Amino acid sequence: MKYVDEFRRGDIARGMAAQISRLVDPAREYRLMEFCGGHTHAIARYGLTGLLPDNIRLIHGPGCPVCVLPIGRVDSAIELALRPDVILCSYGDTLRVPASNKMSLYQARAKGADVRMVYSTNDALQIARDNPHKQVVFFAIGFETTTPPTALALIQARQEKLANFSVFCNHVLTPPAMRHLLAAGDAVQLDGFIGPSHVSTVIGSAPYAAVAEEFAKPVVIAGFEPLDVLQAVAMLVEQINQGRTEVETQFSRAVTHEGNQKARERVAQTMTLRDSFEWRGLGQVPHSALAIHPDFAEFDAELRFALPYRHVPDHKACECGAILRGQKQPQDCKVFGIVCTPDNPLGSCMVSSEGACAAHYHYGRFVQGATA
Amino acid sequence: MCLAMPVRISQLLPEEMAVVDMDGVSREVSVALIDAPQEGDYVILHVGYAIGKLDAEEAARTLALMDQLAAGEQA
Ligand code: SF4
Repeated sequence: MKYVDEFRRGDIARGMAAQISRLVDPAREYRLMEFCGGHTHAIARYGLTGLLPDNIRLIHGPGCPVCVLPIGRVDSAIELALRPDVILCSYGDTLRVPASNKMSLYQARAKGADVRMVYSTNDALQIARDNPHKQVVFFAIGFETTTPPTALALIQARQEKLANFSVFCNHVLTPPAMRHLLAAGDAVQLDGFIGPSHVSTVIGSAPYAAVAEEFAKPVVIAGFEPLDVLQAVAMLVEQINQGRTEVETQFSRAVTHEGNQKARERVAQTMTLRDSFEWRGLGQVPHSALAIHPDFAEFDAELRFALPYRHVPDHKACECGAILRGQKQPQDCKVFGIVCTPDNPLGSCMVSSEGACAAHYHYGRFVQGATA
Repeated sequence: MCLAMPVRISQLLPEEMAVVDMDGVSREVSVALIDAPQEGDYVILHVGYAIGKLDAEEAARTLALMDQLAAGEQA
């Protein structure tokens, strides 16, 4: 496939890896956090850790939207779905996230809840048009990539006066999470970030400048193909060697400084910053998520159904929290691959293929010290 | 779920929709978030929406840099 296969060539990857080995200073360690689950997936799938010199450590970050969704939010969605007047729509992976009492949206469906998997917000709008006597709620999750489609759905719903449609908004923001991790200080030592690619397609590279400056850490925004990740590692190694802490863009084929203006405007029109939002693993993170804008309050499921937020602790055995903070690796979890598998996940990191545990289970299980 | 992919717009449709071509499979997607979409453009597709355009010249430049980095070994 064009613009995919060219960025997966094994011969080039080996050449790049050899060159990185020559670039690194053998006297030091390079701890690079790949913020996005997309990178985690590529690193595990293409065995990139094995290609790189030992003193480059790739650390998994909190950039998987399914993984960072706290249990309390999934519980609220399940509560909504179990109402006889509600049809709850969401993207596929969300339905499998384990919540309280061994429930998930899939299990709620088995108990009779009307839960529908959608591929696009347009599908959710269509379900609302087709079911005027039901309340159709879109359970919106995701980073800055999935946010603009939710914004357009809100605008469309208002245009059509779709009175039975609402959005349970759980969209989260990347730069505040990065900042939060760095502000946590000694919790995890990092020398640089492999920054989000598709998120940056929307928000641009500019929002990372403050993170790079404030915490003096380089950020290289990288695409999700294996060669993209390798090139980003080389760019980070060069910055670190030279003592630079800048934002650079490896994924220049789709990312500009200012991002997608049109998409950003739609989001600003329909959503507003929350004071604080709970992330799994990170706890409450200030200004890190979006709620429905007061102008669109009539489509806000949290208001329509008076949903209060409750914090629910993670399963005691699950190490997702520490993994999402970059402190542990999947193999550090006692139940990894035993009680917790992709078919029967105990924690959220095992659910989506971009989760650290799922990526490790599928591709790296037998490689000691493989990517976390 | 954050994964998006590059696809080619093969036909523009009314109401800011378009047909895209993904490895020989065609699908209808929304181009409402893109400025001035054109047939033949490559875009990044995510949850049924094109969220950004792909710049062919930049892609070529990136590939050239990768070649250079890979060749650096023999230098
Ligand atoms: S293996 Fe399962 S239980 Fe353990 S950290 Fe990963 S997702 Fe959580």
